[in-house]
Amino acid sequence: MDKNFFEFKKGFLQQNPVLVQLLGLCPALAVTTSAVNALTMGLAVIFVLLSSTFIVSVIKRLVPSQVRIAAFTVIIATFVTIADLFLKAWFPQISKSLGPYVPLIVVNCIILGRCEAFASKSSIFKTILDSFGMGMGFTFALLILGSFREILGSGTIFNIAVLPQSYQPMLIMILPAGAFLGLGMMVGFMNFFVNKKK
Amino acid sequence: MKLLFIFISAAVVNNFVLSYFLGICPFLGVSRKLSSAIGMGCAVTFVMVLTSVTTWLLYHKLLLPFEMAYLQYVIFILVIASLVQMVEMFVKKTSPALYQALGIYLPLITTNCAILGLALFMVLKNYNFIQSIIFALGAGLGFTMALLIMAGIREDLDIADLPEALKGAGIALIIAGLLALSFMGFSGLLSI
Repeated sequence: MDKNFFEFKKGFLQQNPVLVQLLGLCPALAVTTSAVNALTMGLAVIFVLLSSTFIVSVIKRLVPSQVRIAAFTVIIATFVTIADLFLKAWFPQISKSLGPYVPLIVVNCIILGRCEAFASKSSIFKTILDSFGMGMGFTFALLILGSFREILGSGTIFNIAVLPQSYQPMLIMILPAGAFLGLGMMVGFMNFFVNKKK
Repeated sequence: MKLLFIFISAAVVNNFVLSYFLGICPFLGVSRKLSSAIGMGCAVTFVMVLTSVTTWLLYHKLLLPFEMAYLQYVIFILVIASLVQMVEMFVKKTSPALYQALGIYLPLITTNCAILGLALFMVLKNYNFIQSIIFALGAGLGFTMALLIMAGIREDLDIADLPEALKGAGIALIIAGLLALSFMGFSGLLSI
C-alpha cells in the first residue's frame, strides 16, 4: 500500500512536473492569468493524462517499439480533441480565453513523458495512480501561480474581490512578464525548501 | 503593407517565446551557449516555414472541403512529426555539413510547441497562403532572436554570484520576465 501511495504522492512535491521537472511550462505560463483559467487547464490536463496513459498501458504489448512515439501522439491528440470539443460546447467563455493552449496540450511534454517513461512499462493500476498524482501536481502548481497572479494583478481570486478597493492592481502580474517572474520565484522557493529538507 | 505588419508583429510585438510562451523548453534548455542557440534557431525557422506551407495546404484544400476540421490536431501533429523526420533524412543525404550543424536539434523540434502553435495560430487568424509563410518567417526570426539574447545573457550569468536556490531555471525564468518586459516596449509599434 505504501508503495502505491508513493506513486500517487510523488507528483505533488518531490517530482512536481512544473516546479521540479520543469515540464509543461508553456500552459503553466500562458493560462495562469486567473485562477479559473488555471483550474480549467489543470482539469483538462488531468483528463488527457489519465485517459491516454490508461490506453497506452493497456495496449503496451501490442505496439511495436519503433512506432510507439507516433502511436502515443495520436492517442494523446485524440483525447485532446475530445477535451477541446467538450470545453467549446459547455464552457465557450473559458474555452475562448484559453485559446490555442488547449490544443497545445498535445505537445505538452508531461503527457508524452508519462506515457513513455511510466505507462508503457507499468501495470494499469500503478499507471492510473501515477497519472493522477502527476496531474494533481500540475493543477496544484498552476492553481497557486494563477491565484498569486490574479490576487496581485487584479485584486480578485476566482473573480471574487479579496483586496480592499484602495489596492492598486499590479498590472504587470497578469502580463506575460509577470508569468515569467512569478514562476521563476516559485521555482526558486521550491528549490530552497527541497534543498533545506535534505 | 499588411505583410510587413504580419512579419513585424510575429517577430517582435507578439514574440512567440516572450508573449505567447511557445517553445519555452528549448528556450531554457538550449540557451546556455550562443553557438547552439544559433543552430536551434535556424532549425526551428526552417521547419516553421515548411510546416506553414504543408499545414495550410492540408487544412484549406483537404480538411475544410471534406468537413473534417475536427481532425486538425491529429493531422497537424502527424504532419509535423513526419516532416521533421523527412527533413532530417533529406539533409543527412544532401548536405552533411548542414546536418552536422542542425542534426541534433531536428528531433527535438517535433515536441516543440512553437511549431504546432504556429499551425494553430495560422488557422485561428485565418491567414492566406502568402501571409502564412510570412507569419512563419517572422515567428522563426523572433524565436531565434529571443534565444540568442537569452544565450548571450546566460553566458555571462555563469560567473555571476547568485543565491543557490535560484541557480539554473529560476534565474533564467526571471531574466525571461525582464526580457518580456522590455519587449513590451514594441507593442506601441503597431496595432493590428
